[in-house]
Amino acid sequence: MFKIVKLQRMVPNIHLMEVDAPEVAEQVQPGQFVIVRAAEGGERIPLSVADWDRKAGTVTVVFMEVGASTGRLARLKAGDNIPTLAGPLGKPTAIASAGQVVCVAGCYGIASMFPIVRALHEAGAEVTVVLEARGSFLLYWEDRMRALAKRVFTITRDGSSGLRGHVSGLPEMLRQAGVAPSQVMVNGCTFLMSQTSKTLGGLGVPITVSLNPIMIDGTGMCGVCRVSVGGQMKFACVDGPDFDGREVDWKELLARRKQYLDEEAYLCHRASCARGV
Amino acid sequence: MAEKKKLDLERRAMPKQPPHIRRRNFREVAHGYTPELAIAEANRCILCKKPSCIEGCPVDIDIPAFVRRLAEGDFLGAIHKLKQTNCLPAVCGRVCPQETQCEEKCNLRKKNAPIAVGRLERFAADWEATQVQQQMPEMRPPTGKKVAVVGSGPAGVTVAGDLIKLGHKVVMYEALHEPGGVLTYGIPEFRLPKQIVRREIDYIRKLGVEVVCDYVVGRTKTLEQLLDRYDAMFLGTGAGLPWFLEIPGENLCGVYSANEYLTRMNLMRGFAYPKSSMPIKRHRRVAVFGGGNVAMDSARTAVRLGAEESYIIYRRSRLELPARIEEVENAEEEGVIFQFLTLPVRLIGDEDGWLKEVECLRMELGEPDASGRRKPVKIPGSEFRMPMDAVVVAIGNSPNPLIPRCTPDLMVNKNGTIFVSDVQTGKTSKDKVWAGGDVVTGAATVILAMGAGRAAARSMHEYLTGEKLAGTTSEVASS
Repeated sequence: MFKIVKLQRMVPNIHLMEVDAPEVAEQVQPGQFVIVRAAEGGERIPLSVADWDRKAGTVTVVFMEVGASTGRLARLKAGDNIPTLAGPLGKPTAIASAGQVVCVAGCYGIASMFPIVRALHEAGAEVTVVLEARGSFLLYWEDRMRALAKRVFTITRDGSSGLRGHVSGLPEMLRQAGVAPSQVMVNGCTFLMSQTSKTLGGLGVPITVSLNPIMIDGTGMCGVCRVSVGGQMKFACVDGPDFDGREVDWKELLARRKQYLDEEAYLCHRASCARGV
Repeated sequence: MAEKKKLDLERRAMPKQPPHIRRRNFREVAHGYTPELAIAEANRCILCKKPSCIEGCPVDIDIPAFVRRLAEGDFLGAIHKLKQTNCLPAVCGRVCPQETQCEEKCNLRKKNAPIAVGRLERFAADWEATQVQQQMPEMRPPTGKKVAVVGSGPAGVTVAGDLIKLGHKVVMYEALHEPGGVLTYGIPEFRLPKQIVRREIDYIRKLGVEVVCDYVVGRTKTLEQLLDRYDAMFLGTGAGLPWFLEIPGENLCGVYSANEYLTRMNLMRGFAYPKSSMPIKRHRRVAVFGGGNVAMDSARTAVRLGAEESYIIYRRSRLELPARIEEVENAEEEGVIFQFLTLPVRLIGDEDGWLKEVECLRMELGEPDASGRRKPVKIPGSEFRMPMDAVVVAIGNSPNPLIPRCTPDLMVNKNGTIFVSDVQTGKTSKDKVWAGGDVVTGAATVILAMGAGRAAARSMHEYLTGEKLAGTTSEVASS
């Protein structure tokens, strides 16, 4: 059993959970993920790690409430126990020690990008952070990013913060700021990662994306997380989750991620009924 | 005396759920012998002067001895005899390929009626489970040595059970949230009820083994870090990396590895969806590629989930099927359709990335290949397509590369298996580390993994204490 130290809503639908897991906290690196179960009999949910405290022995994840399982997780509170927190899984993100690194993050990816930004900053890279959201009400941790990054930009669909629009405005934005990236990193939903890879693919620099396909065991056993990268079959859980976004077959990944939408919607509906919602 | 006994050549059948009932539920197919049937079957044993059945058993169970006790109605004596050399009799009685092991060597096999050793083993183990008190083995005094067992499948459980009886402290690590390895995530409920696996794990817990789940050795801690805490380590991490055919279309939606398909059902209890939280699809037409036990398990699972057509697509003929005959027969009775001499070459999907059709080629058998089986040869121009909603790829697994990748000084063979200097000991190239089971041999059977575990436990004990064990570990432990 793993004790929840903190569980709070960050912005609508996005929650932060800090869990007592000393063995994992001691080992975790930026870009890795953990598998969490909200309750006995529950699904195994892969969640990127957002932070950790090696001394206190805690691991922090930030997750979006999208279905029945994450909903169950969101309704837990500090002091509750979860049966599973396994990890850290996946290969750590490779951290550049020099150059101009542009980190694009949205949604729960803002949180998982934070330790990457911190590591890049500590290693000596110059970091530009771009936070993307539908509106300013969905942005968080801007202050934490500002404390580490050379620049922080925001892009919102409704223009309530920073540039109005989507990541298609990125090349112009970077040019105006005089940023010539040596590497781009993207954490967030599949759509954001695919769009950023397309938009910035012409720069000719590596675009490191952190893929989030469906997973079950997370240790390389089931193969449900397989993705096509550069025409080769890779397992995101053990070969990734980081890949070069220019080589990822995004259409396939988007289709594979949607495989169980109907079943998950039904579970969600059922869970709501059970709660009398 | 035995010689005077008239030969009874009527091998007692085990009562089963009728096919039309069992193809719609996940309960165990066979009910097992009643005490009367078990005694009758055991009484058929002619008590050979030179029993050859023992040679057929990878863990050297004293088969005539336990069968004789059953024949006398001494069920307690029978299970005690079994447990001296086999710590998982309820499992082995169900999933061992007895027809190529003990029962193949049985002298009555010449008369086409070998003693049903597996069914008897299973009966004895199940009988014990109904008893209030389980017989606990004798334990040696603590040695003060600590051992880590990585992986809680058949090999790991055997090592843990043997070493704890010898007085060592044992901690067993499991990456998933439930112990049992392939017995838990792979073999379906209808062939091996999970309650039995839990019972066996509870037994070694009772002996004092600490079981730590959700611990991914290699990641949560490296081998190196763990070795600081232990005097020795056993790697029994199995063969968990699924192979694919590497044909076009394998990443289409609706294409599963057998590991995924079965893990969804068994470990995650997908068959109970929507009561369980594991979403699953109830496909109408399912094709399973492969001809082993895992392929049979997958095709039979598909039937139980309501598939109208569940196919086994196998590139060789019926004679070469690696699956147990009993499971092939069960699958056929349940309506699984066999397409022999058929090779899938391409999977065809729709605009949205969903599988629609499987393109196959017909094969014919040519000259025997390295495995001694006749090699399937493609018949040019024989392409044909089958409309299909789902494909399960069950063509085999290799060892999970996670630990080797995180442990540079652990030598690995070309095929991904861990190198051991001597199969009799399972000693790896790394100091203090042993390995056994599928991670060394590649995907094989439960009983072979147990045999390897037993051998490693002996070697580890010798390393830890300097004592060379005569006979089997457990015999020494309980003497």
